[in-house]
Amino acid sequence: MFKRSFAFLSLLVIASIALTACGSSTPATQAADSGSPATSGNVIKIASQSPLSGDQSVIGVDIKNGAQLAIDQLSGPLKDMGFTIQLAPYDDMANPDNGVANAKQIVADPAIMCVDGHYNSGVQIPSSEVYHSAGLANVSPANTNPTVTTRGYAEVNRIVGRDDVQGVVGADFAASKGVKSVYVMHDKTAYGQGIAEFFQQEAKAKGLEVLGFEGTEEKANFDPIITSIIAANPEAVYFGGMFSQAAVMFKQARDRGYEGMFISDDGFDSSDAAKIAGDTLMAGAGTFYSTVSGPAAAYADTAKFVTDFKAAFNHDPQPFAAQSYDSAAICLAAIQNAIKANNNQMPTREAVAKAVRELKDFKGITGVYNFNSIGDPVVAKYFVIQVMSGDPAQWSANEIVQTLDIAPPAP
Amino acid sequence: MKKYLKPINLMELLRPLGQLIVFSLGSAAVLSIIVLALAIVLNNTAAGDKIFAQLKVSLFAYTVANLPQVLVDGLTLGFVYAAIALGYTMVYGVLEFINFAHSEIFAIGAFVGVEILIALQNAGLIGSGSSLFMDYVFLILAMLAGMAVAGGAAIAMERIAYRPLRNAPRLVPLISAIGVSFFLQDAIRLTESLTTGQFNRIFPTFGNFDKRITFGKIPMGAAELPFSVPIKSFIVIIAAVLMLVVLNYLVNATKVGKAIRAVAQDRATASLMGIDVNHIIAITFLIGGALGGAAGLLYALKFTRIDPYVGFYPGLKAFTAAVLGGIGNLTGALLGGIILGLLETFAGSYLSIFTMGAAGVEYKDIFAFAILILVLIFRPNGLLGENVTEKV
Repeated sequence: MFKRSFAFLSLLVIASIALTACGSSTPATQAADSGSPATSGNVIKIASQSPLSGDQSVIGVDIKNGAQLAIDQLSGPLKDMGFTIQLAPYDDMANPDNGVANAKQIVADPAIMCVDGHYNSGVQIPSSEVYHSAGLANVSPANTNPTVTTRGYAEVNRIVGRDDVQGVVGADFAASKGVKSVYVMHDKTAYGQGIAEFFQQEAKAKGLEVLGFEGTEEKANFDPIITSIIAANPEAVYFGGMFSQAAVMFKQARDRGYEGMFISDDGFDSSDAAKIAGDTLMAGAGTFYSTVSGPAAAYADTAKFVTDFKAAFNHDPQPFAAQSYDSAAICLAAIQNAIKANNNQMPTREAVAKAVRELKDFKGITGVYNFNSIGDPVVAKYFVIQVMSGDPAQWSANEIVQTLDIAPPAP
Repeated sequence: MKKYLKPINLMELLRPLGQLIVFSLGSAAVLSIIVLALAIVLNNTAAGDKIFAQLKVSLFAYTVANLPQVLVDGLTLGFVYAAIALGYTMVYGVLEFINFAHSEIFAIGAFVGVEILIALQNAGLIGSGSSLFMDYVFLILAMLAGMAVAGGAAIAMERIAYRPLRNAPRLVPLISAIGVSFFLQDAIRLTESLTTGQFNRIFPTFGNFDKRITFGKIPMGAAELPFSVPIKSFIVIIAAVLMLVVLNYLVNATKVGKAIRAVAQDRATASLMGIDVNHIIAITFLIGGALGGAAGLLYALKFTRIDPYVGFYPGLKAFTAAVLGGIGNLTGALLGGIILGLLETFAGSYLSIFTMGAAGVEYKDIFAFAILILVLIFRPNGLLGENVTEKV
């Protein structure tokens, strides 16, 4: 009797634990400004959504800071028209559940006219369904999965490139370096698996031998997979995913004596990668990553941004901070146009979303933006960057080995 | 005076060592035979052809060449699981409930140890130029500090969340444990956000822990596979073995251990015999917590990166190991941990090759939990579950 009830109880407990595990991070309700409802009809809010806590918060916090800086610097004309602009930062914790929960709060606040957001495609895609049904404009500073725009939503735009191009850029780069065989890994997210599949396709097309294609959510113990990699002995290992996994895996593989090249994607672009893996990134054939967001120095007009950012937040901007600045700036410009079109009255969300898509030659600090019919920029920049130092403070000194301007695939 | 001069019971020191060796060799042998048999069966199928086309080597030769590395990795992981599993099993022994917050005690130990090491590194005491001897001293100090804080946290947890529920139905403290688990996760998160602003902590690089001892190369067809073991794996194994031996001695050959065993057998009678039950239960939590804390630092040493949720999966797997071996049974926790660690590494390393990439490394955890379900169905008391009366 006791045995049976114990067995049953244990199964029950395991089941319930496994269920709660999926959402083990507590729901975030970090709406900073939600406490101040619009007192007058003239408050307009721009929401930012990015991971402000968790292992990707290094990037996410600077996405928020970039938006903040844009609003501080660029909302003058709107102020003159009698509108107060506020930032409403939300923490999506890099988790789709939290992103969608926040999105529901965002659309419920009528003062929010535009969303600058999401770092993770896997979070942006479900969250933007909510924006779409509310007609709320969303400008993404960082999401590269094709699905972000290929759904053809009128509200959803991005100012960066796409993974179906970025994965190809990575594979072309490997081929140009004379790599003959590659082992492809990904983190099983929409972003990581997507880019890894595009990489694999192009690698095969270029005649590279793909020795393995594996996904893993493992964050610590990569021993088993490294055993397979070392046995297959590829000339390069590609990881589609975020630095928090990729850097740990690269370090463990180097420690095990793997000497080939590491290639990753824009998810690898964080100084924390150097903090985790240190000098192991420079050993062997070195570490490269493709990205849609070059270091600030890669853009002609970011010098002032970097200075202002440092003065305001006391550190160098992380990747995507400048893109977030531009996304917020696009929101502001569109809101301004929509207000003008509405005889200086509060515009509707639909009008703002339409105004974003219709912006012509918007001059941001990271480039001049025009959106195509599905919200992709008509030309996007892609970079391949080599890690030059194991010191996290030197991350922004990583060397650009390739810069490419590529149009998105036809919608 | 006599009681302080009690001779050391050598038998109790050697017995767990013997068990460890037998368990490790036994489960390694069984799993190796299964894998090799599978390799022979699959050798002439499409899976074998695929590996031959890719690496010019038969599936069987591939399996054999990778076996030593897989065994070492698996045993290292197994000892970490075993050290955590002991915490679950001890608490189950005395209180008959599963302390699900043990995985957070593990995380606390990891965080305290790693934060101390990071502070030492910032102070310039470890890292480039420090002597190897001091590196080891600091590692041990960090581990002791992690054990102390984790043990203290376990006692506080018992006092606050479990003792008031001592006579409630068994489901109640279990739910309390899950609550404590979430509370501690977010407590770590909060503490880290307030102090360092980031909770993705990296074990500092110092000492010779990352160096590898190479045992030579294993020929695999035309290629050669390096077979080497990092020094940190030795540290993990040695530390875990030491902990297990000391714990076994403590429980089986000392007066406190006798009291713990008495409380485990029959709490009411033990208290009639003059044993302070509350005190003994607190000691049990202290020991379990300290072991968990030490395991946390070992885990951080081996796998580099920790975050506040780091305890969840190792905790769940260690719990599985404890149930697998027979929960409440110290020897069982050892055996369960070793089997689980080996099984997971075997599955991760060979599954993809044997299934031609259809089921890759991502399915390795399914094995751990499938085993748990099978054991609960066919042998609810676990592999070593018969000697229920000797449970701790």
